[in-house]
Amino acid sequence: MAALRAGLQALGGLESFLQKGDQVLIKVNAGFATPPNLGATTNPELLAELIKQCLAVGAQRVVITDNPINDPQSCFTLSGIGQAVQSAGGVLVPPLERYFRPTTVEGARLIRDWPVLYGPFEGVNKVIGLCPVKDHHRSGASMTMKNWYGLLGGRRNIFHQDIHTIIAELAMLVRPTLVILDGVVSMISNGPTGGSPDDLKATGTLIISTDQVAADALGATLLDKTPADLPFIGQAAALGLGSADWRSLKPAQVSL
Amino acid sequence: MGIVTVRRVSQVFFLAWFLWFCVVSSLGEHYWQLRGWPVNWFLQLDPLAALGSLLASGSLYSGMAWALLTIAMTAVLGRFFCSWVCPFGAMHHFLGWLAGRRLGARQRMERNQPHPAQAIKYYLLLGLLAAAGGQVLHHLAQWPLGLGAVSGWLLLLGILAALAALAVRRLWPQPRQALAAGLGLLALMVGLSLWSSPGEVIGATLLTGLLDPIPLAQRSLNLVLLPALDAAAGQLWVSARHYQGAWLIALVFIAALLMNFIVPRFYCRFVCPLGALMGLLGHWALWRVGRREAKCKGCQLCEVSCEGACEPFHRLRQSECVLCMNCLDTCRDAQMTYATRRSAAGEEPLPDLSRRGVVLSLVSGVAAVPALRLGGIMGPNWSPALIRPPGALAEAQFVERCLKCGQCMRVCPTNVLQPAGLELGLEALWTPTLNMRIGSSGCQLNCVACGHICPTAAIRPITLDEKRGLGGFAKAGPLRLGTAFVDRGRCLPWAMDRPCIVCQENCPVSPKAIITREVYGVLLRSRIKDVKGQTILLAGVDLPPGRLGTGDYFLQLAGGGSGVRRRLTGNGADNVKLLPEEAARMSPGQDVEVVVRLQQPQVDASRCIGCGVCEHECPVSGLRAIRVTAENESRSAKRSLLL
Repeated sequence: MAALRAGLQALGGLESFLQKGDQVLIKVNAGFATPPNLGATTNPELLAELIKQCLAVGAQRVVITDNPINDPQSCFTLSGIGQAVQSAGGVLVPPLERYFRPTTVEGARLIRDWPVLYGPFEGVNKVIGLCPVKDHHRSGASMTMKNWYGLLGGRRNIFHQDIHTIIAELAMLVRPTLVILDGVVSMISNGPTGGSPDDLKATGTLIISTDQVAADALGATLLDKTPADLPFIGQAAALGLGSADWRSLKPAQVSL
Repeated sequence: MGIVTVRRVSQVFFLAWFLWFCVVSSLGEHYWQLRGWPVNWFLQLDPLAALGSLLASGSLYSGMAWALLTIAMTAVLGRFFCSWVCPFGAMHHFLGWLAGRRLGARQRMERNQPHPAQAIKYYLLLGLLAAAGGQVLHHLAQWPLGLGAVSGWLLLLGILAALAALAVRRLWPQPRQALAAGLGLLALMVGLSLWSSPGEVIGATLLTGLLDPIPLAQRSLNLVLLPALDAAAGQLWVSARHYQGAWLIALVFIAALLMNFIVPRFYCRFVCPLGALMGLLGHWALWRVGRREAKCKGCQLCEVSCEGACEPFHRLRQSECVLCMNCLDTCRDAQMTYATRRSAAGEEPLPDLSRRGVVLSLVSGVAAVPALRLGGIMGPNWSPALIRPPGALAEAQFVERCLKCGQCMRVCPTNVLQPAGLELGLEALWTPTLNMRIGSSGCQLNCVACGHICPTAAIRPITLDEKRGLGGFAKAGPLRLGTAFVDRGRCLPWAMDRPCIVCQENCPVSPKAIITREVYGVLLRSRIKDVKGQTILLAGVDLPPGRLGTGDYFLQLAGGGSGVRRRLTGNGADNVKLLPEEAARMSPGQDVEVVVRLQQPQVDASRCIGCGVCEHECPVSGLRAIRVTAENESRSAKRSLLL
């Protein structure tokens, strides 16, 4: 939490990204019905702090949503996310069937006429992605771009045949105000479900960025990977969605 | 306030609780969710459920002790439950009133006359209890054998010989009957000798729940009404609930209700085995409805709205009287009373049952168990499709306790628990089984809700530690519901050279119970025509442009070459692209292969718990490419898979 405050401070404070009266949507990773200490889902304390900060800089409403893999109600409850949202004053919007709308992303090959979770975005003008760094056997890593997978509906698992392309297209679908990649503790094995504290490693890094490609490129190093190991980073960069060379952006570094 | 008004208030009161308990059986902490509401209370008050499970399993699960209260009250007050508490009875009562409200007094009276078929419910009761009590009878029959091999047999033969002598002497003038009696006794002897092989032929099965009104109403509410209503309202669940074969449950429920338009309280009078049990229990009740004087004005208004069709004007049938108290209300001369004396106009003794009918019901009930198991479903022909929830008892013990009330399926947060259909046998009908294709995610790792709601402990109330094999259960390991099997003929990486491994990704076990083997599938072989910067021109190929740059495709020298694979970054119809430094290493004339990197999933049965998340998530949406069956389930050592 201190890292979040310090990080945002280094970027000029959350007020340089949000205006008074903004309606903010935070896309969390609530994918699995597991307790927060297993690191498979967005850290609820971090989430609560972010919601409070959004409200503190004058956000009118902070919406939190995800379309998890396991049972939605169980996911929000067991991950501690539901309680964090409630205590911090956010609004949790579950992925009701009527919230999905068939969507086509211009220039995309896979996201064509595919159901996307639209309902929670009603009236929203700022989007923040907040997720942990996780090992992912198929794509190599699950980070900020992969986090948008939770906005897809339907039988989205067929996209795993072409995982890197779908992740890059998700980065086309969502152009966030901010992404916050939580590598304070990273899931280094048995991802993306984890299931045991042995699957986690303290990596002590919190990445805040307006460039989701750069955030993932930096995040990859926490899993001892290079952007070249993760083809979706190169693909997204080639599509002009961000920079794979995170060093060139000269990130501000704060050590606690 | 008249007694009938009080009764109506009571009916509405208990029906409202019944409905409320069904609504609040959702996991959560709100007042309208499960947080200590006694949602099983009606099932626990049900003496048929208690008696049935006691007979079948030889034990009574603590909550079912509530039934003693019902039994005691029935013994004192008569069938009060039927008209004052039973929620299904209240529904019938209301519909029966609705159907008859336009009819004249004469017609209504005719509909409320007793019918010989009212005896059917007693036969049903006896049959169902006999099926549940097979083992008890078995032990009784074994009693003479228990005296010691020789003397026991002698005693048994002696009894049979005496019976035979008596029968033959009495039937001597009628040779055909005598022959029939002789053959019957022979059959009896064969039957009894079979009984000495316990477990093989005689068993117990609890089928009362199929017709018992409380489980029936509970099941119908849980699996039909509530899902249908919430599909419209969308208040309880994020996505619509589905229950396989719910149409049959709905059909029984609706048919039972609609019969009220032909005969009021049709179900209560003709079918209800619980009513029959209470009729027997309440036969000697202290308080009873009856006439004050033997002679009255004879208007017979008391029979106009008699719910039980028990003939209060004539000789009252005590076991049929459901204590609706309508007769007390309609009699203008206060002739009808509810008091501690017998009806002045006389009472019919016990229900009008034939000895033959009783024997037939009992024998059919006992014989039903071996008959239902003739197909070997408890033996070698057990169904691998019957995947029981975590903590479920071994199958033979499970069917001794399961009421088919649907509480486990109601509370299951993921909707994976489903009522089994008739295809798995009558004993399995409407008992819980897992269907991974339905619901939000197989059996959730951190959930033990079903065992904690089960009113009879057919599913034991296990802890998370026991389910997951943690803490004191580390040695026993996690509970297994079955095992996942990869169907290599349908799995994308196995059968179609397409990357996938959604199953591996979603496996919640740590370390994962699905491992992957990495292979490179050869898509095409070709020869390099030319190398231009990043672009490698290939001879004689026609590729879909742009489709090979996804990160999963590689170029390697033919035959695997040196084992060096270079990842494609893109492609045209006749060329593939590599990173510049990699392309520089390729030269024209080389024989090359385009390969796809595949991770082929394989189940580690020693770690798989059969939760079915993999099956749920498998992108092969019809018949899944990875499927769980009950092999290796923890509850049965005979079904183990590994050495």
